[in-house]
Amino acid sequence: MNKKEKGFNKNFQLETPLAPKRTRLQEFWRLFRQNRLAILGLFIFILFFCCAIVGLFMTSGPDPLLDPAMIRLQEKLRPPLAKPNLDSLRREEIPYLGFYLMGTDDLGRDVFARMLQGAWVSLTVGFVAVGISVLIGIFMGGIAGYFGQHHIRVDHVLVTLVLISGAALVTANFIRSGAALLCLTPAYIFYFIWSQNRSGKKTLPLWAKVFRKNAVSIDTLIMRIVDIMLCFPSFFLILTVVALLPASIYNIMIVIGLTSWMGATRFVRAEFLSLREQDFVAAVKTLGAGNFRIIFRHMMPNAMAPVLVSATIGIATAILTEAGLSFLGFGVPPPHATWGNILSDGKNFIFDAPWLTFIPGIAILIVVLSFNLFGEGLRDVLNPKLRERH
Amino acid sequence: MTNDNTLISVQDLKVYFRSGHECARAVDGISFEIRQEETVCLVGESGCGKTVSALSILGLIQTPPGEIAGGQIMFQGKNLLELDEEDMQKIRGNRIAMVFQEPLTSLNPVFTIEDQIGEAISIHKNIGSGELRDCCIKLLKDVGIPSPVQRLKDYPHQLSGGQRQRVMIAMALACDPDLIIADEPTTALDVTVQAQILQLLKSIQETRSMSILYITHDLGVVANIAHRVYVMYSGIVTEQGNAAQIFHHARHPYTQGLLASLPSRSKRGKRLFSIPGTVPNPAYKPAGCPFHPRCPHAIPICGKEYPKMCDYGQAHLARCPVLFKNSHNPDKPEPKSI
Repeated sequence: MNKKEKGFNKNFQLETPLAPKRTRLQEFWRLFRQNRLAILGLFIFILFFCCAIVGLFMTSGPDPLLDPAMIRLQEKLRPPLAKPNLDSLRREEIPYLGFYLMGTDDLGRDVFARMLQGAWVSLTVGFVAVGISVLIGIFMGGIAGYFGQHHIRVDHVLVTLVLISGAALVTANFIRSGAALLCLTPAYIFYFIWSQNRSGKKTLPLWAKVFRKNAVSIDTLIMRIVDIMLCFPSFFLILTVVALLPASIYNIMIVIGLTSWMGATRFVRAEFLSLREQDFVAAVKTLGAGNFRIIFRHMMPNAMAPVLVSATIGIATAILTEAGLSFLGFGVPPPHATWGNILSDGKNFIFDAPWLTFIPGIAILIVVLSFNLFGEGLRDVLNPKLRERH
Repeated sequence: MTNDNTLISVQDLKVYFRSGHECARAVDGISFEIRQEETVCLVGESGCGKTVSALSILGLIQTPPGEIAGGQIMFQGKNLLELDEEDMQKIRGNRIAMVFQEPLTSLNPVFTIEDQIGEAISIHKNIGSGELRDCCIKLLKDVGIPSPVQRLKDYPHQLSGGQRQRVMIAMALACDPDLIIADEPTTALDVTVQAQILQLLKSIQETRSMSILYITHDLGVVANIAHRVYVMYSGIVTEQGNAAQIFHHARHPYTQGLLASLPSRSKRGKRLFSIPGTVPNPAYKPAGCPFHPRCPHAIPICGKEYPKMCDYGQAHLARCPVLFKNSHNPDKPEPKSI
């Protein structure tokens, strides 16, 4: 070492940085706050969330405060804010508020109570369907992005086919042939291990060589499945599936979730492909971390931003899809109110009682719009390239 | 070659990368050893296989396209090339740790410093969260980060380049490894910070008695820290020896060329020397000595015969029989090939 280095002032490097300390959340909020429309979206989203939860407690249970199923035929098609005719109603039929906030429908049911009940349906459909699609998307996209260049061999494909057909035969009551097919799989696995142990000593027969050819890379397989799924007109696919399955709200959530995971898969795969080459992933590998830890602890949080944004907008789409299904009569079965079937019931009285179509319609519009605005605000904050454009 | 205190010895390591019909021989039979408490430098220009050899020690060459075509890496009595992934994970970070070139991108942007250093420890050791925190603070103190307690909750983007490299070194030190591989840790930093980091590595090596494999192309850095030096060219070791031998008695024309191209006071005002030509494409290496197309001393035999290592005594070896013959005295023994 030369003299200069020996003498350098050690206290100098002990100075603390001058820039104010902000956590990530504070920084996020500071940027998000600048986008007024996104704040409005977030506000409406929170309001909708509270309404749906309060509505759930007020409209369910054995003796609800606001009964959405209470039929008062003598009070049908009353306009919003109308006072009920107290003489003709029994005590339990009088609305809790003392007036019909959003009017009544053709059976005299309180539209306000039905809207509250429908809000909970929309909320759960949105969140559960998007939750399912994001989970599938992360899983498939993660595999395609991280293990993408690994190959599936011909025997993998054949064994899978044999297993599926065997299981199908067993369920179709051809138990013997099905069991024979199912037994083929362990037999092949035994053969594979046995032949691997003595590999190199003898050349393999031709069929075994063909079996070990790489058929397709995992990345290609998953992304082509995504392409195929995207080819289906998903609304009609949902219609078909809903027509076959018993109508229930859970089936609708699952079906919407199962037909909308492709976007998330593509996002996660794209993020993983670029993250995999980053230095910090290599650095974590040199620390001795396994694949599981690298994928879920180090890469996933970095890949979440676009998924979160697409999920927010996906919730809006799921709510719209559910409303559309209910409007067509394929959605949640009738006694239960959803915004879609209130709208559908109201369309027959659109000139006599326009509030029956306008109230749920505007509610759907506002909620979907708020989710989209919030999602776009989120995207602007999380993607630095899109900042400063407004 | 092998002493009792050899920590890791790489013998005849070959790493090839295949793409299509080409086969890039990135590392083409290199041998080196690192003794305990020793700093060894691998020197060479870009693309000569320094980083690939380091990554293959840790078993991080992606296969395919990479392929370890031969050789062995003996570390504490085990051949690292034969271990499976699970055993390698126990060695990575625990016994052999690595510091990367780019401190700016080598830390995960979404976790705090505490999380990342803590993880480096908790991957290999099972200790409670309070103790983990103390360990992190101690490590940060050891690598000279000011006010470590406040820094724990910082994210990588809030630190300067030098501080991030210190954090990387802290992570490498976390499990008290026997060997640290430093892959050009100071290239992305400016000169003052570079001097501090080198100072830090030196003092760590002395206090913790660990070995360092330092990969660099900067001869100034080599002169500063190396005990022994291996000069690499196009996937092979061309010259090896201790720092004094390399810098004052270079025996290979490539090393001589590298030293001649360093600026110095005596060359003030003159044009700097540069070795003509470029590094050969690793897929199409010339036959014979890979350096002969650029070599001022080349004779026809250089293009035909692969050069042997020539022993100059005192563990100083160079892969150039031509210069060896020129300097050869009749009373010395014939060139010994290794």
